[in-house]
Amino acid sequence: MMMKPVIEIKDIRKTYHVGEIDVHALRGVDMKVGAGEFLAIMGASGSGKSTLMNLIGCLDEPTSGQYFLDGIDVSDLSKNAYADIRNQKIGFVFQGFNLLPRTTALENVELPLFYDRTHRIRDPGSAATEALERVGLADRMDHVPNQLSGGQQQRVAIARALVNRPSILLADEPTGNLDSRTSVEVMSVFQELNAQGITILIVTHEQDISRYTRRIVTMRDGHIMSDEAVKKRLDAKTVLDTIKDENG
Amino acid sequence: MKQLKRLLKASFRSILKNRMRSLLTSLGIIIGVSAVIVMVGVGEGSQKRIAQEISALGDNMIIVFPSFSQRGGVSRGAGSFNRFTMDDVEAIREEARLVRHVSAVVMSGGQIIANGNNWNTQIQGVDPDFKFIRIWKLASGDFFTERDNRSRKKVAVLGHTVAENLFGTMDPVGQKIRIRNTPFKVIGVLEKKGQDARGQDQDDIILAPSTTVLNRLKGDRFINMINASATSLEEIEKAQNEISQILRRQHKIEYGEDDDFFVANQTAITEMASETSRIMTMLLGAVAAVSLIVGGIGIMNIMLVSVTERTREIGIRMSVGARGSDILIQFLLEAVVLSLSGGIIGILLSAGIALILNTWTDIYAVLKPVIVIASFTFSGAVGVFFGFYPARKAARLNPIDALRYE
Ligand SMILES: Nc1ncnc2c1ncn2[C@@H]1O[C@H](COP(=O)(O)OP(=O)(O)OP(=O)(O)O)[C@@H](O)[C@H]1O
Ligand SMILES: [Mg+2]
Repeated sequence: MMMKPVIEIKDIRKTYHVGEIDVHALRGVDMKVGAGEFLAIMGASGSGKSTLMNLIGCLDEPTSGQYFLDGIDVSDLSKNAYADIRNQKIGFVFQGFNLLPRTTALENVELPLFYDRTHRIRDPGSAATEALERVGLADRMDHVPNQLSGGQQQRVAIARALVNRPSILLADEPTGNLDSRTSVEVMSVFQELNAQGITILIVTHEQDISRYTRRIVTMRDGHIMSDEAVKKRLDAKTVLDTIKDENG
Repeated sequence: MKQLKRLLKASFRSILKNRMRSLLTSLGIIIGVSAVIVMVGVGEGSQKRIAQEISALGDNMIIVFPSFSQRGGVSRGAGSFNRFTMDDVEAIREEARLVRHVSAVVMSGGQIIANGNNWNTQIQGVDPDFKFIRIWKLASGDFFTERDNRSRKKVAVLGHTVAENLFGTMDPVGQKIRIRNTPFKVIGVLEKKGQDARGQDQDDIILAPSTTVLNRLKGDRFINMINASATSLEEIEKAQNEISQILRRQHKIEYGEDDDFFVANQTAITEMASETSRIMTMLLGAVAAVSLIVGGIGIMNIMLVSVTERTREIGIRMSVGARGSDILIQFLLEAVVLSLSGGIIGILLSAGIALILNTWTDIYAVLKPVIVIASFTFSGAVGVFFGFYPARKAARLNPIDALRYE
């Protein structure tokens, strides 16, 4: 199953200083994620899931430890290099969607292309349209966030994360603000993307949601407690069909 | 380049998304820019007017006033003020080679009755040369001659205001008027000159031969002042010296004693007035420039609020790959676009104000291209200067802190 590791973390620690107190959010985490994996990070509140996710997403820097992304050590890169990695290699989906208000879905999805210095994507407009089509929102392109449902907003956010064709998709509690049916819809999008070869890491609280992934990492107090493959994997499409049958 | 165009588009978009806030922000700049342009324009306009008046008065005119003097430490009393006589005028006329025209000026005034109307005005007794010195032209009739002057003829030339008040639309030439009960014949009407720099009506005047006014109206032999003109503007100071020498001799002033008169030229007097107005212009401009700076502080204030308000937006942009420099440029551009559009609106506004002033009021404003360009550039500089601090503050944010900001 594991091909060459896309993400490799060695003894990563993160300490926050709040006044006089040191908060050890991560106390030495080692982890390897291969290309094409679909991984759920679980654990109690405050166990360090978001902290780990932000470090993997290059939104934050570790206090110590090493992080190899695509085999390259990114632990000591400059702020600008971090910005470029976020732009080129990583798509990030947040629990609170984090879309620009009063800005159409299409413009929101185009945003990463705006900061793409390599200009590998020739036509930002059609790339953004394509990304929205992939998440099934082709007909909502001109809607602004407050005209969209939560699930639709999260799909716009996923489209934004996909538009630069990143190799890794990170999502911190992507279904945290959604009802169960919409959550399954979002998971169905993730499963589809994973089937197309994208490496996906999600943080979730919900046991049910984690069963749509392939591997579950459980954290406690800044450590990894367990790391195991999903046994009875659910298929989101099938589940959606069952719900439809029940309702209809 | 392409990136700049995109950023520019993005900042326009963000400005348009917050129309009200943008307008209020720019208001300081709009007021500042238009204040600078209008203030300086009004100052320039009044300077221009004064310059026009100098040439209307005759730019090589010399004025001689009597002045109080003490001889040998003993004051000669109040009478010593009025010390010019017709002999002094004649001496200047005969001897001063650099003086082209010279005229006595005898001031009088009183009630004029004519055509069943009466009017109170100023009567000046002058010599025929006076019309060249002061550049008076005649609307109708003629000016009096040297012969009229010598024979103390009772003739008068009316200023436009006087003619209008006494005779209405009728031509006064050939009519009789009574000046303090002495009958005069009107032989001419002066062309209208309008107000002078102090706002006084220059046409409310009657001119009559100096000898006539001295003998028939005042019964006196002293004249109030002497007006003269130099042969050219270059020779004006030499002409003034000549006049001084002649008058000192006439008045038997010994070497070492002070003059009992004062010689000035019109250009110097008006230049003083124009200098005053230039200083006023600079002061007004400076006050207006301060308001432009206050406008800039307004922009900084709004931009700082905007950075705080848009911290999440900054976080979102950074999370998808914006570098600190991208955020810096975005905020800086927004500030500059805001202040420059404020500048453009301010220029248009000031053009409108100048137009209204020039058509509806007596205030005359000129828009100087230098000032327009300078205040536009300055408003851009204000944007950069006051936009930089908030922009840098935004650019230095850590993406995860910006995203967490509530
Ligand atoms: N910016 C911060 N400053 C100080 N302490 C922080 C900061 N961010 C996180 N922490 C602390 O680090 C620890 C781990 O936080 P983290 O957000 O990673 O937990 P989590 O597993 O995502 O929790 P949850 O499930 O509630 O989202 C917590 O004790 C938290 O209080
Ligand atoms: Mg969390």
